[in-house]
Amino acid sequence: MVGVDVGGTFTDIFVLNETDGTAHVGKVPTSRPDQSSGFLASITGLVPDMGDIAVVVHGTTAGTNALLERKGARIGVICTQGLRDVLEMRRRDRPRTWGLRGEFEPIVDRRDRLEVPERTLADGSIRTAVDLDAVRKAAEQLREEGCAAVAILFANAYANTENEDLAVKAVRDIWPDEHVSCSSEILPEIREFERFSTTALNAYLQPEISGYLGRLEDALTKGGFDGEFMVVQSNGGVMDAQTACHLPVRTALSGPAAGVIAAAYIAGSAGYDNVITGDMGGTSFDVSLIAEGKSMLAPQTSIDFGMVVRTPMIEITTIGAGGGSIAWVDKGGLLNIGPQSAGSDPGPVAYGFGNDRPTVTDANIVLGRIDPENPIGGKLERLDVEAAGRAIEAHVGTPLGLSRIEAAEAILRVANSRMAGALRLVSVERGFDPKRFAFMPFGGGGALHAGAMLAEVGIARAVIPRYPGVTSALGSVIADMRQDFVRTVNVLLSALDADHLCDIMQGHIDDGLAMLDAAKTKFDARETTFELDMAYIGQTHTLSVPIPVAVKDGRARPPTRDQIAEAFDEVYAQTFGRLLPNGIRRILNLRSAITGKRPKFDLTTLAPKNTNPAKPKHTRKVHFGDAWFDTAIYDRLELPVDTIIKGPAILEQPDTTVLIEPGLQGRVDHLGNTIVEKTKGGS
Amino acid sequence: MSTIDSITLSVLAGRMEQIADEMDATLFRAAFNPIIAEAHDASHGLYHAQSGGTLVQGKSGLPIFVGVMSFAVQAVIEKAAKDGDLADGDIFIFNDAHIGGTHLSDMRLVRPYFRNGKLFCYLASVGHWHDVGGAVPGNYNPAATDVFQEAFVLPPVRLARAGVVNQDIIDILLRNTRLPQSAMGDLNGQLGALDLGQRRMDELLDEYGDGTISAALDALGDRAETLMRSELSSLPDGTWEARDFLDNDGIVDEPLAINVKLSIKGDRMVLDFTGSAPQCAGPVNIALPTTVATAYVAVKHIFPLLPANAGVMRPIEVIVPEDSVLSAEFPAPTGGYTETILRMIDVIFSTFAQAVPDRIVANAYGTINALSIAGKRSNGQPWVMFSFYGGGHGASIESDGLNHGNAPISTATIPPMEILEAAYPVMFRTWALRPDSAGPGRRRGGLGAVYEIEVLEENGAEAFLFGERGRFAPKGIAEGQEAAMNVFSYENDGAWSHPPLSSKMRGILLKQGEAVRLETPGGGGYGPVEARDTSAIALDVARDLISAEQADMTYGSGWRGVAL
Repeated sequence: MVGVDVGGTFTDIFVLNETDGTAHVGKVPTSRPDQSSGFLASITGLVPDMGDIAVVVHGTTAGTNALLERKGARIGVICTQGLRDVLEMRRRDRPRTWGLRGEFEPIVDRRDRLEVPERTLADGSIRTAVDLDAVRKAAEQLREEGCAAVAILFANAYANTENEDLAVKAVRDIWPDEHVSCSSEILPEIREFERFSTTALNAYLQPEISGYLGRLEDALTKGGFDGEFMVVQSNGGVMDAQTACHLPVRTALSGPAAGVIAAAYIAGSAGYDNVITGDMGGTSFDVSLIAEGKSMLAPQTSIDFGMVVRTPMIEITTIGAGGGSIAWVDKGGLLNIGPQSAGSDPGPVAYGFGNDRPTVTDANIVLGRIDPENPIGGKLERLDVEAAGRAIEAHVGTPLGLSRIEAAEAILRVANSRMAGALRLVSVERGFDPKRFAFMPFGGGGALHAGAMLAEVGIARAVIPRYPGVTSALGSVIADMRQDFVRTVNVLLSALDADHLCDIMQGHIDDGLAMLDAAKTKFDARETTFELDMAYIGQTHTLSVPIPVAVKDGRARPPTRDQIAEAFDEVYAQTFGRLLPNGIRRILNLRSAITGKRPKFDLTTLAPKNTNPAKPKHTRKVHFGDAWFDTAIYDRLELPVDTIIKGPAILEQPDTTVLIEPGLQGRVDHLGNTIVEKTKGGS
Repeated sequence: MSTIDSITLSVLAGRMEQIADEMDATLFRAAFNPIIAEAHDASHGLYHAQSGGTLVQGKSGLPIFVGVMSFAVQAVIEKAAKDGDLADGDIFIFNDAHIGGTHLSDMRLVRPYFRNGKLFCYLASVGHWHDVGGAVPGNYNPAATDVFQEAFVLPPVRLARAGVVNQDIIDILLRNTRLPQSAMGDLNGQLGALDLGQRRMDELLDEYGDGTISAALDALGDRAETLMRSELSSLPDGTWEARDFLDNDGIVDEPLAINVKLSIKGDRMVLDFTGSAPQCAGPVNIALPTTVATAYVAVKHIFPLLPANAGVMRPIEVIVPEDSVLSAEFPAPTGGYTETILRMIDVIFSTFAQAVPDRIVANAYGTINALSIAGKRSNGQPWVMFSFYGGGHGASIESDGLNHGNAPISTATIPPMEILEAAYPVMFRTWALRPDSAGPGRRRGGLGAVYEIEVLEENGAEAFLFGERGRFAPKGIAEGQEAAMNVFSYENDGAWSHPPLSSKMRGILLKQGEAVRLETPGGGGYGPVEARDTSAIALDVARDLISAEQADMTYGSGWRGVAL
């Protein structure tokens, strides 16, 4: 089994040999503009004969990048008369609360949004039958104008799909390829902007993503690969490549989701079921919470202003404090970090690519925490410590009356407090006590800040995975196969027709199980879960209420109204403290998830083999608090199991630097993870 | 008082902001009514123990509350001083807009925060309740001539005394609303937010010590003042004046002037509203606290990096004459305060635009357009569909204005059409951008919208509108032009009519199959029309955002033949 994660700079690969249980990791530069050659190179580097591979799973940022860089296809929209501008009008918001600046360019040009006579009402009744001649004419016009994909967006299609069904059939009959999306197929859920946006973004990604996956699949086949090619979805589950070509919008957060899945698994294997992950990149710090081994799912996200994707996705909270975030002093004399960032290009001052404003990474460099002679990334020979120091002095030190070193420490203190704020946001603010959680940094930079997170948030320990740089690739290999379904039912619980609900559930089960049956992968188990979005009538926000549904031999037995009422009351009381007497319960949506549990592997195969006692490579002067310390530098991958390294120390590996501050220690656990915690028995 | 280093201050500023943000989030999740839960018409913060001045406020609440909440706290400080028995665990509640600003729908809860037996600061929560009695469900009564026709009025009273809630007060509140369940849900949410604030403050003070936090709060005020002075110093000295009008007050059909004179000298600024209309009969009056708070909102839009802290206002003097529509006395009605403060923001922007046109955006659409459609279903159940509608934002030197944005005093989103259609017997015939509504200029304003709503219920329905900008258009800046005005029409036996007061009317009777049509203003333009790029004009024409005739008339025919 092979997991591949294509990032902006590197393509990471994780290979699991299912025969002997061994695992290997690799890293090659990401190829541009076509990522497929780097993708293949990464595999052939570790597995010469592709005929040996059963499964290739891909965590991809192709979708995210196409959305962020607005590089999707030119697409057309066919919509209900009078509703041409829903995508452009959004939910009447604005990009920023203060300032009133900024405009918005929707992904579909107004000229490519065509109206047709048709109307379904909220109760599902058809007020105006769809004019199919008008639909065909619109499709032909869009095609002639050069649209590569089309989205059909009809009002209230969630309540009755008939008009959309007829229209989509008419368009598919004449459209030359498969790039036809319709809103009730993509997201049969009430709320037209969210449904239309998700559907339009799906169409926008379809030509690009299906082309990309097609090229990869061709290349794999040519290389002798005869197994199954799958893609990680934003919900942390995988789907086969063909489904991904139909539903590319579900890959919007594929890469980060795979990382969180891996983190949950690694932490669980190490004995920590409660963990907060932190992925520190060039411009942002992405945080996600895993409670009792389960990651949280968010119902939707905004990829950018006005670009809403509503599909279940691993909940990841992002703040603008990455390694490239710029430190600056405002006119009131307060030190700020970000949101402006030098990213990875031009990057920190020390990279010498033209940025002259100090970044968080520059502060780490000036304080000796990053080795200037062996920069991570391989692009550079060495880092310009002096330039970084001058920038910090000019932009932070002088305005605040601090020395160069004091200013660098100040930058880290403020950056750490912002990162700690993100950790608090996902834990404390949602009722989780961070003291019960471990912190797991991954990506290149996070492990430099692990100690600070312990001190600031009161977390007991940080668990640094043995290979923090390839977590997304590893997550691809272990992710389960999963399909999510949603259907708006919008009914009072007292008026619920349980048989009707059961029919919808059965449809979801049938479709989901068919997908699992078609997969070549082995599954250890199959799981179906159902949730109802519910609220009291008059209340705006719904709660996700898991409901007990017995599924035997693929047939669902529906819950009774009483069971649903009980389930709702339990969740409601948990969330808001007490129930509402005489409140009338309403069901808005049914959400179903069908999961095929894939076999997990034993992470001990990754554990260090070396048993020779640890010896530092050399020492370096590193600044902590208000003094320089002679700090031992170790080669992290050579440290044997059970080694305890007392801070101050630095553990280095090709793509990660682990910082162990004075008063902390790093312990190598049986899987090769480094557990950073308070020193036992003094230093 | 101990001093505090600037780095600790940076860290603490973030920590305290997070407490207020978390209070906001707590209420948004728990609130029953969509005006709080979805439109975020609420706010929370920490306020100075003696002055009531804003120390820290949440970032996700309604912008107008950022300035107005300190008045609510001051009212409680005065009440407590008079009664002389302030105790730990007290919680005050009131909605009196003449004391606390904005309007009677906003229920304010204020709680003294004690530390080791000593008053440390105040915590406060404000939220817009769905209904607080009065003549019109939802409290937007365009024909009110005093507060009693708008809602019941609660002065600052103790909801809890030393930690014990007084059920009598809750009973009075619930008996005075059409929606007691919603009110109780919102009240619980606000109490929950205050509890949370109390706990978080305890934790913060335990961690850093009372002296450090106290010093940080003082330092943050000084820093806010320094920031404001530094921004003002970057502006040229001088005096500029601007004047705009409200259509009418909903009672008497006469325009009401809003006039401001901006003076900047060095690092100080004066906003003088002398020359504005006197107090009026209808509900577009605002109380003095609202006026001062609005000045703050306008200033923060111009300098977005300013913190939500009272220190910002130290170098700013706001002059409002007595007997002004901007300093209305009890019991003048204030239910439509949104329209008046939007106009205040417009004139303040217009004065700044004369001083530093490149740093200002042109006027946004300038009306909240509170439209409710109500009736009875065939089974006798009453229904009320109430919402605010969007319009165009102003242009700036950087870009055209945003199409279909929310009001500058708000961050509220509009409910999805499908949610409205599912909840009420209506159908939107149109929900679209409004061509030819943008204010022309080198950069054009954003477009307003057209909403046409048909009544499906066989019993028909009644419509109420509280809007503005039907007679005076949103203005451009730096020679940019005006946007289209608000147009409201309704169907009546096959013909379309307009209300006599333009954008305010109550009790419009609609039969099944008849509709109302709301065409909202765009935003004003920036810069002279001659300077607009011809390809930008041609693109707007191709997209039907402006008609070819209108483009010719406004910009000339230079765009014709430009290849896209």
